[in-house]
Amino acid sequence: MIRFDNVSKCYETGHEALTNVSFALDDGEMAFLTGHSGAGKSTLMKLIMLMERPTRGHVFVGEQNLAGLDRQQIPYHRRRIGVVFQNHQLLFDRTVFDNVTLPLMICGFSPRDAGRRARAALDKVGLLSKEKMNPIALSTGEQQRVGIARAIVHKPQVLLADEPTGNLDPQLSEEIMRLFLEFNRHGTTVLIASHDMGLIQRMRVRMLSLQQGRLAADG
Amino acid sequence: MAEQNNRRRGAQRLEPQAKPAVKRTANATSSRKPRQATALRYDSDNHWQTAKTAFSRLLTTPAATLMTVAVLAIALALPGVLYSGLKNVQQVAASWEGDPRIALYMELSVDDQQADSLSRELLLRDDLAAVELISRADGLAEFRALSGFGDVLEYLGQNPIPAVITVQPALMSNDELIELQQQLEMEPGVAEAQLDMAWVQRLNSALEVAKRVVVMLGILLATAVLLVIGNTVRVSIESRREEILIAKLVGATDSWVRRPFLYTGAWYGFLGGLCGWGLIQLALMLIDTPVRELAGLYQNSFSLLGLGIVDTGLLICFSLLLGLMGAWVAVSRYLRSIEPQ
Repeated sequence: MIRFDNVSKCYETGHEALTNVSFALDDGEMAFLTGHSGAGKSTLMKLIMLMERPTRGHVFVGEQNLAGLDRQQIPYHRRRIGVVFQNHQLLFDRTVFDNVTLPLMICGFSPRDAGRRARAALDKVGLLSKEKMNPIALSTGEQQRVGIARAIVHKPQVLLADEPTGNLDPQLSEEIMRLFLEFNRHGTTVLIASHDMGLIQRMRVRMLSLQQGRLAADG
Repeated sequence: MAEQNNRRRGAQRLEPQAKPAVKRTANATSSRKPRQATALRYDSDNHWQTAKTAFSRLLTTPAATLMTVAVLAIALALPGVLYSGLKNVQQVAASWEGDPRIALYMELSVDDQQADSLSRELLLRDDLAAVELISRADGLAEFRALSGFGDVLEYLGQNPIPAVITVQPALMSNDELIELQQQLEMEPGVAEAQLDMAWVQRLNSALEVAKRVVVMLGILLATAVLLVIGNTVRVSIESRREEILIAKLVGATDSWVRRPFLYTGAWYGFLGGLCGWGLIQLALMLIDTPVRELAGLYQNSFSLLGLGIVDTGLLICFSLLLGLMGAWVAVSRYLRSIEPQ
């Protein structure tokens, strides 16, 4: 589903964030991406999202070479991917429900259809009762779950999460990870960037570790 | 996904099969047609919805919106008022143009009878289309009525107004007119022959200059309208920066991001045009009475022309277009600035 072929990314400042990274993630597979901050985890995520383009090498998502996509095609590429951000990136000028329907409105779903799907997604993360609240009134863990609901509401093929448990306590982190495991069981390919080694080892899934932009371990 | 290969494919094909509700595939089979129809209907609903949302967003900051609209209205009204003034002057000038006249001022020693016989003689000439005699007595009466110096005449004792014969030449070219004027001046009893072509020409070239000035001013102020709307839209983009960034990350196309701002720009243009039209009509109403009085002094039943339906439509369409363009430029610049390298 996701394949990196000798990918290097060098930023304009001269900083080489990734060097010759190659790996492949099968359809429906789940993996953790670990490494110290600055090891290139975020850059790798951004390359999959086409928020950045590689300096050398090729990135494939679902057999599609991302180098072959032009500006106009990027939005359609991103609709295949759900992203969970560390700082959840919710909009505080609207309700939880409206935050979750945003990707659906963008994809062109009718409001009725979007509403049904958004409620299903909120139900999955256990926040259906809070759909009418403003996300600012929710706890950090709940905000993160709204972010997850928004990422999976349009049933993406790939789910990316960048430090999804970054500022949560261990118990909440575990809960969030269980959610990801469940989505993976339903066939979604999941890639989670995290440096919470204890948690990752408990989960017993594939682990890709980056060290100064190079893939140091895979397994 | 296995059947997908690496060749470049259309953007639509990238949409996953798991999302049948995204109904924009070009190769839709006939069984999917009803869905496409509902998608189209939804899309037009969506446009109307976006327009309404953009309008209610304007209403959330009424003071700022009002000020912007006022600036736009003034910028549009200024060339508008000048333009309609020019149109009116042109309308007056057009009634003078085309029939150059030569006024023959008779010598004071020539009495009305002699002037009358000369005018009859002139009437026989082929190169004159019309001849009109204003006798000394008529001239005096007219002067008394129009100048307001009637009382002064009482002191003069005798009529100081010469008889005047106005002729309308049949020939039109400048050289011929000047020749005719010189010929008529040689007629016995004629003190001076005045060709009034010259001032019509001067008026016309003055109008030409004025037209250029109005056009230039119009272009400058249209640019100002464009910039004001562009800048206002830029500010509203800034205030929704976060929303745009998130929308782009979850797959919003440029046109999806652009659409609400285009409506904002269009609303500004429309409201500015409407208020500008109001200002122009108000200005014309205010100068209508004095213009009527002035025209009355010239024994002219001239009435001021308003903008008219066509010009009003043009004004509003034009300002709406400026609004769209300003918004387009502002959003496009912003979208480029957040594009990754």
